[in-house]
Amino acid sequence: MSNFYKDNEDILFHIKNQDLSRIVSLREDNFNEKNKFPYAPQSYEDALDNYDRVLDIVGDIAGNFIAPRAPGVDAEGAHFENGEVRYAQGTAEAIDRLKKADLLGFTIPRQYGGINMPKTIYSAAIEMVSRGDASLMNIFGLQEIAETIYKFGSDDQRTRYLPRFTSGAVTGAMSLTEPDAGSDLQSVATRAEQDSNGDWRITGVKRFITNGRAQVSLVMARSEHGTSGGKGISLFIYDRDKNMKIRRIEHKLGIKGSPTCELQFNGAKAELLGTRKMGLIKYTMSLMNGARLGVAAQSLGIAEAAYREADKYAKERSQFKQSIRDFTAIYEMLTDMKVNIEAARSLLYETSRIVDIKEGIEDAIEHHVERKNDLGEDLKRYTKFASLFTPMVKAYAAETCNKVAFDALQIHGGVGFTCEFNIERHYRDARITNIYEGTTQLQVVAAIGGVTSGVVLERLNDYENSNDFNSVAPKIELARRLRTHLESAVSFVKEINDEAFTEFHARRLVEMSTDVTLAYLLCIDATKNDRKKAVAEAFLSKAKIRVKNALDYITSNDRAIINNHQKIIG
Amino acid sequence: MGLNMIVTVKQVPDTHDVASDAMKPDGTVNRAALPTIFNPEDLNALEEALKIKDRVGGKITVITMGPPKAVDVLRDCLFRGADDVVLISDRKFAGADTLATSYALKCAVEKIGKYDIVLCGRQAIDGDTAQVGPQLAEKLGINQITCVTAVKELSDSFITAQRAVDGGHEIVKSKFPVLLTVTAEANEPRSPSAKKVMMYKNIDKKTTDESYDETYMTAGDNAALTFIKEWNVDSIKADPEQCGLSGSPTKVKKIQSVVLTASNTKQIQNNEQSIAALINELRAEHILG
Repeated sequence: MSNFYKDNEDILFHIKNQDLSRIVSLREDNFNEKNKFPYAPQSYEDALDNYDRVLDIVGDIAGNFIAPRAPGVDAEGAHFENGEVRYAQGTAEAIDRLKKADLLGFTIPRQYGGINMPKTIYSAAIEMVSRGDASLMNIFGLQEIAETIYKFGSDDQRTRYLPRFTSGAVTGAMSLTEPDAGSDLQSVATRAEQDSNGDWRITGVKRFITNGRAQVSLVMARSEHGTSGGKGISLFIYDRDKNMKIRRIEHKLGIKGSPTCELQFNGAKAELLGTRKMGLIKYTMSLMNGARLGVAAQSLGIAEAAYREADKYAKERSQFKQSIRDFTAIYEMLTDMKVNIEAARSLLYETSRIVDIKEGIEDAIEHHVERKNDLGEDLKRYTKFASLFTPMVKAYAAETCNKVAFDALQIHGGVGFTCEFNIERHYRDARITNIYEGTTQLQVVAAIGGVTSGVVLERLNDYENSNDFNSVAPKIELARRLRTHLESAVSFVKEINDEAFTEFHARRLVEMSTDVTLAYLLCIDATKNDRKKAVAEAFLSKAKIRVKNALDYITSNDRAIINNHQKIIG
Repeated sequence: MGLNMIVTVKQVPDTHDVASDAMKPDGTVNRAALPTIFNPEDLNALEEALKIKDRVGGKITVITMGPPKAVDVLRDCLFRGADDVVLISDRKFAGADTLATSYALKCAVEKIGKYDIVLCGRQAIDGDTAQVGPQLAEKLGINQITCVTAVKELSDSFITAQRAVDGGHEIVKSKFPVLLTVTAEANEPRSPSAKKVMMYKNIDKKTTDESYDETYMTAGDNAALTFIKEWNVDSIKADPEQCGLSGSPTKVKKIQSVVLTASNTKQIQNNEQSIAALINELRAEHILG
């Protein structure tokens, strides 16, 4: 029996040490609900205490209820019978438990039945739930659907839909992908047409829809006929009726508890969310950014589960009359895993805080129009940071998750390849994280602009200005050196001014930026805790080699692959 | 229909991890050395009440007798969905055995007055007697169904429950009011509700000798409690002589750790003759008496 909050010192370190004062102040708007809802906080300290208590409940459910059911959920999988999807028993039980604990309206305002938690706390909750059962995140973590209705819906839509989500009466889905519109969402072919009553009717096929069985979904469809790009697309709220058929569910490598559906809309009635033509360029981008942050947290949960399995096995397994954990090859793997998990966690909370501030400012402007001028500049800054950090953390956490799961299975040796141990499940579950909600390659496309335009450096300047690094002087010096490497690489690519060359090095540049950002974040952590000094040092010892290598490769202006790839792969 | 339910709970030392200082030299439990927890089967009793409430509606009042710190378990009951909670606390209750405990609980239940079902955990992990539930039913003069593993039927006048017996189960029907003792097999207690935790985390007790406010019982789910009622010997109209140490015929002489070595077991029939024979045998071997 374990509580996934209380047993995780690193999550506790972040929750106890981070400064959430601005986030709480934006989110609670001068604690104006304290007399309206008996569960609204009265002060900053009270809000922090609420966050701690809510995470304690999530940690208990994740560790003691969800995790023990995960192997059963994986073995049973979601069912497709007579045109309907049924969850595995453990999935259904877990959803019911989360619902009764009031955890399905996690970030939704209280007036709609939610508990108004910031994203930063939601990220921690998603990590813990995913550590218990990665496939459950695809339902617990889909609260973004409700949030999108909150952000862009009318008051009437908020009132009609949000209480159904927060009470757990319905779950959500986002119906975006189609057979010919995967990464390229601009090519969606599903049509939305207005009938003679003026009601929107949706026709088309959606594929790979996570939890497509949901009662309420957001469907992206082409509302402007004759258009072909992203600007002819709108987003619709669809309350499920008989005019949508589930054609099948996918048989997948992992996250088997999460039903991935193929849906056929046959003139199904839906209502427009927000304004026409903003479907992809505004609402879906916002929806997907939320989901990307969720997948980053999910990745971390899987990585944490895999690391713990590996560490436990390494402690128990003895060969050559000693625990295998004492062999250099094993302890180096375990140390790298732990350091990279902690690095990903620092980046996850940093990104979540940025998103919280951005969304908090947006909400503040909505409720207090007079503050628009004061807050406008800050909103711009945090929007830029969110646009860079979200794809950055999604890519880093998902790739780390895969590497950790890979090495964790390796530490198990032969038994890791059998189905007797949990590690093979984590290994399979990990594999989707760097694919869905945009592959790592697409995250690079989303992040590279922020790297070349200097957004990353602007954030690093914030760190320099708001921290006292005296206690970690040698480490921060090294981080600063890495920063100059990044600056040199970016300048070099800009001077070359060749699109093919920039694209070729985009992933390296984004990874350099991630390493440099992490170096700073871990130095900040190290100012608060002695153990974190060792973590920062271990991270820097490997990051300095990676960053230098990338710089050397970029500045060598080598064209072997750009010029010869066709000769080689045909 | 809506049933009025009373659940009795107890805060107990956590015996999962007992260290050598768990007992004092005088044979009583060294409570200071042990963390306290919600007695596990009392949580099952509360959960069963909550499930009944989910099915047919109703109100749940939880009572605990204990020191002031026992408000912790009452807060936990509010976190999980209890409607009202009462702490019975008085120095005069100290040192109570099962007889004195069931007497005090009986007085408190009678003060509450209106109830259809009383639910108790089968037994507490500290004393392990399983006596308080049955004694409470006897003192209240109501039916009891012990060792309940499932509630089957519910109507506005009776309940059908399944109880564990040696080698199987039996189904028992009783009219209201009735007392149930609930086992761990009955259910898996729900988690605390996030909203209720935030709502009640700071609620504290307040001495009250007002007569029990029945209007609260029908006030609706949304009325948040503002304090935990605290009752003493006088407010539940208990006879001090029957409370605490003075009301307890049980005296602990010595406590020792006994390792059971006997390998033979003997099963007796569930009838008066066999039970009388067993008692005689135990007397003859000076195990009883």
